[in-house]
Amino acid sequence: MKDSKKVYWKGIEQLKNSSEFVKNANAEFAQPGPEEDLGHSRRDFLKMMGFGVAAASLAACEAPIRKAIPYVQKPVDVEPSLPNYYASTYINGGDYCSIVVKTREGRPIKIDGNALSSVTQGGVNAQVEASVLSLYDNSRLRGPKAAGKKIDWADLDSQVIAKLNEIAGKGGQIRIISYSILSPSTKAVIERFKTKYPTTQHIQYDQTSHYGIVKANEESIGSAIFPSYDFSKANTIVSIAADFLNSWGSTIENTKQYAKTRDVSDDKKVMSRHYQFESILSITGANADYRTQIKPSEEGAVAIQIYNTIASKAGRPTISGGIEKPNVAKAAEELWANRGKALVVAGSNDKSVQTIINAINDMLGSYGTTILPNIPVNFKQGNDAAMAAFVSDLKAGKIEGVIFLNSNPVYDHPMGQEIAEGLKTINLSIATGYKEEETAAAAPSIFIAPDHHYLESWNDAEPKRGFYSLSQPTITPIFKSRAAQESLLIWAGETNADYFEFVKNNWRNWFYTNQSMDFQTFWDKCLYDGIYEQPIQGSGSVSFTGDVNAAARAIASNYKSEGFEVVFFENGTVGNGSQANNPLLQELPDPITKAVWDHYATVSPKDAKEISFDESFTKFASITINGKTVKVPVLVQPGQTPGTIGLPVGYGRTKAGKVADGIGVNAYPLVAMVNGSLSYSATNIKFEITSENYQIAQTQTHETHMNRQTVIQETTLDKYQDGSFKEDHYQPMINTWKDPDHKMDPEKLSLWKGHDYKKHHWGMAIDLNTCTGCGACVVACNVENNVSLVGRDEVIKRREMHWLRIDRYYSSDAAPDDWKGLEDAAENPEVVFQPMLCQHCNNAPCETVCPVAATTHSTEGLNQMAYNRCIGTRYCANNCPYKVRRFNWFKYHDNKQFQDVNPAMNTDLGKMVLNPDVTIRSRGVMEKCTFCVQRIQAGKLNAKKERRDVRDGEVVTACSAACSTGAIVFGDMNDPESKVAKLLKIRPLYPERPLINDKESDNPRAYSVLEEINTRPNIWYLTKVRNKDTNKA
Amino acid sequence: MSSDSRFVPLVLETDTNLIMINNYLYSSYKSFILVFLLSLFSFTAFSQDIPSEPAAISAGEQLFNGNCKACHRVNQKLVGPALAGVYDRAPSIDWIKSFIKNSSAVIASGDQYAVNLFNEYNKTQMTAFTSFKDQDIMNILAYIKAEAGKAQAGPDGGGQDGGAPVPPQGGDTAPKYLNIILIGMVIILILLVIILGFLISAIKRFLDQKTLTEEEREVVHSPITAGSITRSPGFIFAVTFIVAALGFKTVINGLYSVGIQQGYAPKQPIAFSHKVHAGQYEIDCKYCHTGVMKWQSATIPSVNICMNCHNQIKSGTNTGEGEIAKIVRAYNENKPIEWVRIHNLPDLAYFNHAQHVNVGGVECQTCHGPIQEMDVVRQHSLLTMGWCIDCHRKTDVNAKGNAYYDKLVELHNKTSKQPMKVEDIGGLECSKCHY
Repeated sequence: MKDSKKVYWKGIEQLKNSSEFVKNANAEFAQPGPEEDLGHSRRDFLKMMGFGVAAASLAACEAPIRKAIPYVQKPVDVEPSLPNYYASTYINGGDYCSIVVKTREGRPIKIDGNALSSVTQGGVNAQVEASVLSLYDNSRLRGPKAAGKKIDWADLDSQVIAKLNEIAGKGGQIRIISYSILSPSTKAVIERFKTKYPTTQHIQYDQTSHYGIVKANEESIGSAIFPSYDFSKANTIVSIAADFLNSWGSTIENTKQYAKTRDVSDDKKVMSRHYQFESILSITGANADYRTQIKPSEEGAVAIQIYNTIASKAGRPTISGGIEKPNVAKAAEELWANRGKALVVAGSNDKSVQTIINAINDMLGSYGTTILPNIPVNFKQGNDAAMAAFVSDLKAGKIEGVIFLNSNPVYDHPMGQEIAEGLKTINLSIATGYKEEETAAAAPSIFIAPDHHYLESWNDAEPKRGFYSLSQPTITPIFKSRAAQESLLIWAGETNADYFEFVKNNWRNWFYTNQSMDFQTFWDKCLYDGIYEQPIQGSGSVSFTGDVNAAARAIASNYKSEGFEVVFFENGTVGNGSQANNPLLQELPDPITKAVWDHYATVSPKDAKEISFDESFTKFASITINGKTVKVPVLVQPGQTPGTIGLPVGYGRTKAGKVADGIGVNAYPLVAMVNGSLSYSATNIKFEITSENYQIAQTQTHETHMNRQTVIQETTLDKYQDGSFKEDHYQPMINTWKDPDHKMDPEKLSLWKGHDYKKHHWGMAIDLNTCTGCGACVVACNVENNVSLVGRDEVIKRREMHWLRIDRYYSSDAAPDDWKGLEDAAENPEVVFQPMLCQHCNNAPCETVCPVAATTHSTEGLNQMAYNRCIGTRYCANNCPYKVRRFNWFKYHDNKQFQDVNPAMNTDLGKMVLNPDVTIRSRGVMEKCTFCVQRIQAGKLNAKKERRDVRDGEVVTACSAACSTGAIVFGDMNDPESKVAKLLKIRPLYPERPLINDKESDNPRAYSVLEEINTRPNIWYLTKVRNKDTNKA
Repeated sequence: MSSDSRFVPLVLETDTNLIMINNYLYSSYKSFILVFLLSLFSFTAFSQDIPSEPAAISAGEQLFNGNCKACHRVNQKLVGPALAGVYDRAPSIDWIKSFIKNSSAVIASGDQYAVNLFNEYNKTQMTAFTSFKDQDIMNILAYIKAEAGKAQAGPDGGGQDGGAPVPPQGGDTAPKYLNIILIGMVIILILLVIILGFLISAIKRFLDQKTLTEEEREVVHSPITAGSITRSPGFIFAVTFIVAALGFKTVINGLYSVGIQQGYAPKQPIAFSHKVHAGQYEIDCKYCHTGVMKWQSATIPSVNICMNCHNQIKSGTNTGEGEIAKIVRAYNENKPIEWVRIHNLPDLAYFNHAQHVNVGGVECQTCHGPIQEMDVVRQHSLLTMGWCIDCHRKTDVNAKGNAYYDKLVELHNKTSKQPMKVEDIGGLECSKCHY
C-alpha cells in the first residue's frame, strides 16, 4: 500500500532537499530584510509607544468633520451601498468573454462570468478577472493629443479630417491596423470609413498568430476559418503543442468543455484521455494524462507519425517523414479506436503541419462532432501576409496615413521596429488606444484619439458565427476619451456619429426580424442577457481536399532539428502583454513556473546543470536568435524538453506604465516568418549561461508543508473504477497510550467537544481532477477581498498576501529513496494543482493560540478573523499547518513605497476598484481567507428580507464563482439538497448529534488535507484521477 | 454620448418609495371650500364597494403612511387635498384607481373632473403609482373611510390629526432609589460618628479614673487638632489614594470617550428640522431615507426627493424662505448638498440598516432617539461596540413570519424557555460585523 506512494515536490530544491530549502520551509517568512533592522532598541520602541498613545489621544479629541453628500438627482436604479449588476462583454483584441459586471455607486468593482452565454458559459480567466483594474490604470490617457501635446477633440477632428482629405485627394494609401475585430458594428464602421476614403485597407493581426490554421483550412476544407472545437465530445484528445487551456483558440470555452470530460463521479466513471506532445511545460500539458517531450522542430514529424499510423488503418496512403516518440503509437491507436469521439489539435502556426492535423481529424471523423467548421470563431482573424505587406509598403513609403485602431504593433508585432522606423516619416498617423503605448510613442507627429476602456463603452461582439453579445458602459467615462468607432465615423464625415445609436440600429437591421416583441423590448432583453444567439446553421461535415504529400514535403524541408531550439509562448499571467501593466496579473504566480513580476527563459534541468536554482537563485543566459541577442534569467523548469528553451512573450514593455515597464525583454521581435506565417519557434539558436547572478521571484516553495503525507491523493482511472484506489489512500493511524498496538483513526480522538451548527455549515469541495491551475480564482479572490499586492522584492521575502494560492506539485513514480530515478523523473514529472486556502478547520489550531481571541470560530463553521483585535503576535500563522495565514508586514495602502506595485490602494484612481464591503487591513495584523463572509452575509440578508431560507447557489465565494471548470464548489453542508452536500455525500459523523460540526463525506474520492492532525477542515479535496494504464508491478 | 439613463440594469428594482411624488397643492382656501361643497353635493353611493374589514384597513394604513402621507391627510389639508370623502366626490372608484395609477394620462384624456382639479391645483402633477394593484387602492380607500368616520365621531368633528407625538415617558426610576440609599448611608455615618464620640469620651473618663503615667496621660489628653489629623500617615495615605484613584478614573474615562461622539450635533448647511418633517407632519422616515429597507445605507435623501414637496412649499415653519431656497438652488444648479455626517461608525464595523429595520423590525428611534423632536439632529446613542453587543444580548429575534428563522426557533425552543435573542444565533460573533 505504501509502496505506491508517490513523491511530491514543488521545486527542484525540494527534490534535492537542499539545506537552504529546509531552512526556509521551516520558517514561513524569510529572514527580516535590512529595512526592519533599523537599530531601534526595545526602549526606543516603548518611548515611541508612549508618545504614540499620547499623540493618538490628542489627535482623537477633535473628531474630523466628515461629509455625507447625496445625489442631486438620484438615478432610479442606483441605491448607495447596494450593488448593481450589468451584463457586458470583455473584448481585448481577439480575447472575448461574456461577463457580468458588479458596480457599486456607479463604479465597476468585480467581474463574473455570464452563465447565459453558450460560448463562455459563465467561465472567466485570470485576465478577464483582472481587467477591472485596467480601467483604473493611472497610465491611461486623460484626453486627446497631437504630436505629444494636449489638444481638444474639435481641433483634433478638423486636423485629422484635413489630412485625410489631403491624402485621399492625391490617392494616397491609408491603412487601418487592428487586432482581430470581434465586433460586427466596428467592422461596419470601418466599411463606412473605407467608403469615404476608398484607398483605405483594413489589416488585422494577432499578437500570437493563428494564420497557419486559417490557411490550412482554406486548402483542406475550402474555407479560410478557425473552426469551433468541442472538446466535451472527445474521448481521446491529442494535442501537439497546442496550449488550448491557456492561449490557443477559445480558451475559456475549451476549458469548460475539457473539464466536462475530466469530471468523474460514481454515476460517470469515465473520463477523456489526453495526450500532449510539447517542448515547454504548458498548463495544458500539465493537465495531460500522457505527456511526451518533443522539440518544436519535431511537431510536424509527430503529426505525420500519427497520420501514418491512422492512415494505414483507414486504408489511405502513408506519407514520408514521421518520427518515433514515446506514446505516439499508443495515442494513434486510441484515436482510431475512438474515431468520431477523438480530436487532434496542434499549436503550430504552420499551414503544412495543420494540413496533416486536418487530414488526421478527417480520417477520425472529427468534423461535425468534435470540430465544427460550420461555426467559425472570430478570435483569430489576423493575416500574417497582409501585415507583412503593410510593413514593406510602409518602409517603401507607399503609405500616407495609418490608423492604429487600439493596436500596438510596434511592441507586439515581430516587425515592430520596422514599423517604428516607417512611422517617423509618415504623413498621418493616428492611434486610438486608451493608453499611449509603444506605437504611439514611436511616431513623433501622431494624433492620439483615446478610446474608452471596454467597461466604459458600447459595443457588440460576434465571437462565433451566430453568437452575438453586447457591451454596455458600466461607468461614465472617467477621462476625456471617445469611442474609437465614433472617431472613425466623425472622420468619415457621418453626421450622426453616436456609436450607441449605430450599434442599436445595426441590431435592429440585422437581428430584429420575426420577433414577437417590439424592438425596444428585444433590445432591452439582449442588453439584460448580454447575449443574442441565433440557431446554428448547417452541419459540420466537410470534404477534405488538402495535399498531405505537399505538406509532408514542406515539413521535411522547413524543420531540421539543429542545436538549441526555442519556443515563444504566452504564459498564464500577462499572456500577450496587452494587460502587462495590471499588477494583479504581474503578481499572479504563473500556473507552471510560479514566477511573479519576472521574465525568464525556461530551461530543462539537464541544460542548466551549473545552476543549482536553490531559492530561485539563478544566472542570466544570453540567447541569440536570428542574429538578435537577449539576456534573460534562467528558470530551471522540470518538464522542459532538453535542448529547448521557452521564452514567454508579453514582457519587455517600455511604454505600458509604471507596473510593467522594464520587466524583462520583448520576445516578439525574435519571431520570424516560416512557410508564409509567423513561427513561434526557432532552431539553431545560441544559448549561453553567463556568470551574472539573479534571483527570480518565485512562490513555488513558499508555504511548504514539511514532512506531511496526506496533502495530495491521486489514483488512476481503472483503480477508481474498480474501487481499489481506496487501498492506496493514505489512511493515517495513531497509537494511543491505552493500547500501543492499537491503531486508531485520528478522527476518533479529539480534545474538543465540537461546535453546534444550528443553521448553516459552510463548506467547500475542491476537485483536483478538474482544476487546471489557471489562477482565475486567485485574481477573483484578490479583487473581491482587497488583497494587497506587495511587489517583487517582498515576494522574494515570502510575503505575498494572496489568501488563495495554487500549489503546483510535481510528482514521479520513482521510490522516495531512488535518487537517480527521481532525478530522471524530474525531467518529465507529472503535475498536480491544489488550490490552498484557509481550511476553516473545526478544530482550528490557530484559534487556540491567539492570546487576544482575534481569531475565533463562528456558529456557521467559519474561522473568523477580527483584524482590529489582532495584535500581530503571528502565533496563529506559526500554528497553521496549511500555512494560509498572511501577515501585513507593512501598511500597503497609502504608502509611497508600494505606490507602483499596489495602485489599487495607493492612488485615487486605483482606489475606485476596492470592494467597499471589505476592510483594508493595516500593518501588523494577520489576514486570511474568510470564505467571502461579506457574500455570505449578503446572501443571508437577501433571504431574510424575502422571509425565506437561503437558496443553494445564492451564496458563492469569489473563487468558486470564477472557477470555469467547476472544480470549486461552495455551499451549506447542513442543507442536504445543496450541491456541495450532494457532491460530497455529507452525513453527520454522530447521527445522534446531527448539528455537531463533525461531518463525514461518503464520496470515495473525498479527503481532508493533513487528516492525521485531525483539524477537521470544512474543505474537502477530491482525489485526482489520471487516465493512465496502471503500472503492473 | 452615452449616459446613465441608457443602462439597463440586471437587477431591476422598483419601489414605490423611489417614485417621485408630485403633489396636489391647495392654491387657495377657496378651492378647499369648493371641493368640500362638491363632495357634499355629489354624495353618492360609490363608497359601498370599499372594504371595511380590519385587515384591509390596516393594509391600507401601511400603504397610506408609506406613500400618500407625505402630501395627503385624511381630514386635513396638508400638501395635497384632504382625502376624506374622496370616494364619494370623485366621478367613480375606477376613476380614482386610474388617477392614482397614472394621473397625467387621465388628465391628458380630457377628463373634465381631472382637468378641473389639475387647473385648480396649479397644474401640478401627481406622480404615477404604477406598482399599485387595484386591491391596494381599495385598501387605501378603506383606511381613508375608516379614518374619516373616526374623525366625524370625534368631539371636534374633523380636522383632528394625530397631534404632536406623545413625548416618551420619563426615564427609569433608578436614580430615586440611589438617592434614598445615599441619604440613608449618610445618616448612618453621622450616627456612627456620634456614637464614636460618645465612646471616646466614655473611654477617657474611664482612663482618668485609673492611675496613668505622664506619657500615657499625654496620649489620652492629646488634643485632636486639624494638624494632628493632616499629619497622620493614615490621612496622608487616604488622600493620596483618593487623588490617585480619581485621577486614574478621569484618565480612563477620558480614554474611553476618545472617538465617542454621543450628543454630536453639528451645524448643517441647511437648517433642516426633523421635528417639523417627522414630528409635526409625520412624514414616514422611509419616504426620504429610501435605502433603509433595502440595504446597508439608509441614505440621506437626494435633492430630488426634497423637491417632490418643496417645488411647491417655499416657506418653512421655522426658518421662512431662506433655507428652502438653498434646496431649490442646489437643485437648479445641480450642486449636491454637503451634509455633515453625524453618525460616524468606524470603517472596521459593518452595519446594515436593512438587517435591523427591515428584518429585525427595529424602530428608527431605538438607535437614533426621539428624532421627531429634534430640530437639530444629534447622535443619540454611543455607537460603541459595547452598545451594539448590549442590544444584541437583550433583543429578541424578530423571527415571526420569517421562514429563514424557522429552524433556529425550533431548535432554540427545544432547549430553552426564554425567547430567542440575537445573541443565541451568533449575534455576538466577530464576523457578523467585522470583515
